[in-house]
Amino acid sequence: MNKKIFALLSVLMIASLALAACGGGAKKVEVFSWWTGGGEAAGLDAMIKIFNAKYPSVEFINAAVAGGAGTNARAVLATRLQAGDPPDSWQGHAGQELIGTYVAGKQIQPLNDLYEAEGWLDVMPETLIPLISQDGNIYSVPVNIHRANVMWYNPKVLADNGVAVPTTMDEWLAAMDTLKAAGVTPLALGEQWTKLHLMETVLLGSLGADKYNGLWDGSTDWGSAEVTAALENYAKVLTYTNSDSTSLSWQDAAQLVINGDAAFNVMGDWAAGYFIELGKTAMTDYGWAPVPGTVGVFQFLSDSFVLAVGAPNEEAAMDWLKVAGSKEGQEAFNPVKGSICARTDCDKSLFGEYLQSAMDDWSSNVVVGSLTHGVVANDSWKSEIDTALGLFIQDGDLAKFQAALVAACAASGPCK
Amino acid sequence: MFKDKDRYLSIVLISPSIIAVLIFIYGFIAWSVRVSLSEWKGLTPDYTFAKLNNYINLFSDPRFQVDIRNTLIFTGVFVVGSIVLGFFMAVMLDQGLKGEGFFRSLFLFPMAISYIVTGVVWRWLMNPAEGDRISGLNLLFSNLNLDFLINKWHTTETWGIAAIALAAIWQMSGYTMALYLAGLRSIPIELREAAQIDGATELQIYRHIMLPLLAPVTLSALIILGHMSLKVFDLIVAVAGKQLPLDVPAIYMWQTTFDGLFYGRGAAIGILLLISVAVLIIPYIRYTLKTETQA
Repeated sequence: MNKKIFALLSVLMIASLALAACGGGAKKVEVFSWWTGGGEAAGLDAMIKIFNAKYPSVEFINAAVAGGAGTNARAVLATRLQAGDPPDSWQGHAGQELIGTYVAGKQIQPLNDLYEAEGWLDVMPETLIPLISQDGNIYSVPVNIHRANVMWYNPKVLADNGVAVPTTMDEWLAAMDTLKAAGVTPLALGEQWTKLHLMETVLLGSLGADKYNGLWDGSTDWGSAEVTAALENYAKVLTYTNSDSTSLSWQDAAQLVINGDAAFNVMGDWAAGYFIELGKTAMTDYGWAPVPGTVGVFQFLSDSFVLAVGAPNEEAAMDWLKVAGSKEGQEAFNPVKGSICARTDCDKSLFGEYLQSAMDDWSSNVVVGSLTHGVVANDSWKSEIDTALGLFIQDGDLAKFQAALVAACAASGPCK
Repeated sequence: MFKDKDRYLSIVLISPSIIAVLIFIYGFIAWSVRVSLSEWKGLTPDYTFAKLNNYINLFSDPRFQVDIRNTLIFTGVFVVGSIVLGFFMAVMLDQGLKGEGFFRSLFLFPMAISYIVTGVVWRWLMNPAEGDRISGLNLLFSNLNLDFLINKWHTTETWGIAAIALAAIWQMSGYTMALYLAGLRSIPIELREAAQIDGATELQIYRHIMLPLLAPVTLSALIILGHMSLKVFDLIVAVAGKQLPLDVPAIYMWQTTFDGLFYGRGAAIGILLLISVAVLIIPYIRYTLKTETQA
C-alpha cells in the first residue's frame, strides 16, 4: 500500500517536474496532507471541489500520504523539506507542533495579511489567535476544531447510582468514590496517549485556564505547589480507572461507557462520531459535559494549513488557504469530518446534536490549547512529557515526575 | 591471461553491489555515528559537535534503563524458551513417529507469518480484561476451572515483556526445531548404537553424546535468536502499541527521533543497537568463514 502511494508520489513529482520543464504556464497548487480515508478524505474532496469551481484555471494536486495521525506523512514531508522541495501548503496540527518545528526551521510564512484581508480575525475566537501565533505572527489557517476536554458518561449508570453529573474536581472525585463503592468502574481509560490526554484535562481542571496557559509560556512554574496539587489530583483520578487500560485503544475505552461497564471517559469529541457510528443515541446512550473544573473553557485542537517559504506556486497556495478559511469551505469540510468550523459563523443546522453544543461553546468559551494534540508544546517537549508520564505510571513517584516535568520545560520549553 | 580476464570481469560484475553496500550501509553507518555525536534536535540538521553527551545522557536516562531491563528479560525468556522447546520438539520428531513430515511443517509454519500478524493474534489471546469482559486465553482458563492460570499477561508489572516473548517463542521455536533436527540427523547412528551397547541410558546418550555434538547448532541458534531479540520492534508494537512499560531501545529510537525530533539521541540509540548486535554477529561470521574455508 505504502509502496503504491510512494510510487504514485514519485510519478506525481516527476510529472510536476516535467510540467515545469515544459513551461506551459498551467497554474497548479500542491497541497500535502494525511487525509486519505473516511470522513477526512471526503471532507478534503468537498473542499477541493469548491476550490476547482472558484479557480478553474488552477490544477489542484492532492499529495496525501496515508498513515494514522500523519506519522508517515510527516516523515515524507521532513525529507522533502530537507531536500528543498516543499509542497505549496501542508496540513499540521495548529499551534506549537507547527510553529516549534517549521517556524524554527524557517519553512513557513506568516499569514497576518491574509487574515486581515479576509476578515478572519472577526469570525474566529479572540483567544484562539495567540495560540496559533508566534511573536505576533499567525502561521496557519485552521480548518476544523475538535474539543479535548469532554467527559463522556453513561446516563443510566449515573442515574442507577444516584450520581449527578459533576462540574468541579471535588464533585468528580466524590462521584467516583460512590461509583467505586457500588462496584462500577468509575473511569474508563486506554493506552498511554489517552493517559496524557486525561492528564492535560485534569491539569486544566485543577489549575484553571490562566495558570494552565502559563505552563506553556513559562509564567506558571512547573515546580510550584499548585502544580503538585494538580498532579496529585491526576494521581487520584488514575486510581478510579480500569486495570487493563494498557491494552485498550481509545475506542475500547469509550465503548466501556456505552456498554455500561464504566461511568465516565475523558476523550476528545471525535468520540461523538464513533458513538454515532455505533448507532447510539445522544443523551440516552451517552451524555457529555466539560471535564469537571473546565466548565466555560474550550480546550481545542485543530488541523490547519500553512504557506511554505519558497512555495513554487505561492499565489495559488494563497487561493487554497482562502478556500480553507472560508465559510463555504469549512461548511463543506466539517459536517463530513465530524468536527466544527474554526469560524464562529457556520450554519448550525448542518451539524448533529453534539456538534451544535460544541459550536455554542466555541463561540462563547475561553479557548485554550491541547498538549496531546500539538497545540501548546513543540514535538520535543511533548515527547519528553510523554516519557515522564510513562515512567510515573510505572513507578508512581510523584516527586520524580514533577522534577522530570520541570526538566522537560527547561530543556525543550520556554522555562529557564 | 584468461584467468586475469576472468578476475577482471568478476570485479566489474560485483562492483555495483559493492558500491551500493559501501554507500547505503557503511556510508549511512558513518553518517549515523556523526549525527549521534551532534546536538541535532528539531527538523533542521545541526552538526555542532556534542562529544559523547548523547551516549552519556542515555545511560542516566531512566527510560533507557527500562529499555535495557526489558531487552534483557525478553532476550533471556525468548532465547532459552525457543532453544529448550525447539530441542524438545526435534528430539520428539527424531523418534521416527508416523506423519513426521506433517508435524515438521506444522511446527515450522509460524515462522512464515510476519511478526505483525503474530502480534495481532496474541493481542487477542493475551487479553488482560477481567470480570464480565474476560476473553482470550483467560476465558479458556476460566472455563476449564484453571483460574490460578488467569493473569495480566503483557500488562503485568515489570515482567510484562516476558508475555511478548511467549509470542516470539511460538513463532521461532519451530525454526529452532528445524536447526536441531538437521543436527540430529547428521549424527551417525553408529555413535548412538555404540553407546547403547556400552549400556548408556537414553538420557545419558542425549546428555553426553548428542548435546555436545550439537553444540555448533546451539551456538547458531543462540546467535540468530539473540540478535533478533535485540532488534525486536514490530511484535511489541502489534501487541501493545508504543507504551513505556514495554519499551525497548528500537521503540525509544523511533519515538525520540521521529515524534520528538531528537535526532542526535536517536542516532546514539541506533549505534548502541548496532554495537550490541555486532558483538554477537561478528565473532560468529568469523567462525563460519573459517570453518567454511577449511571445508
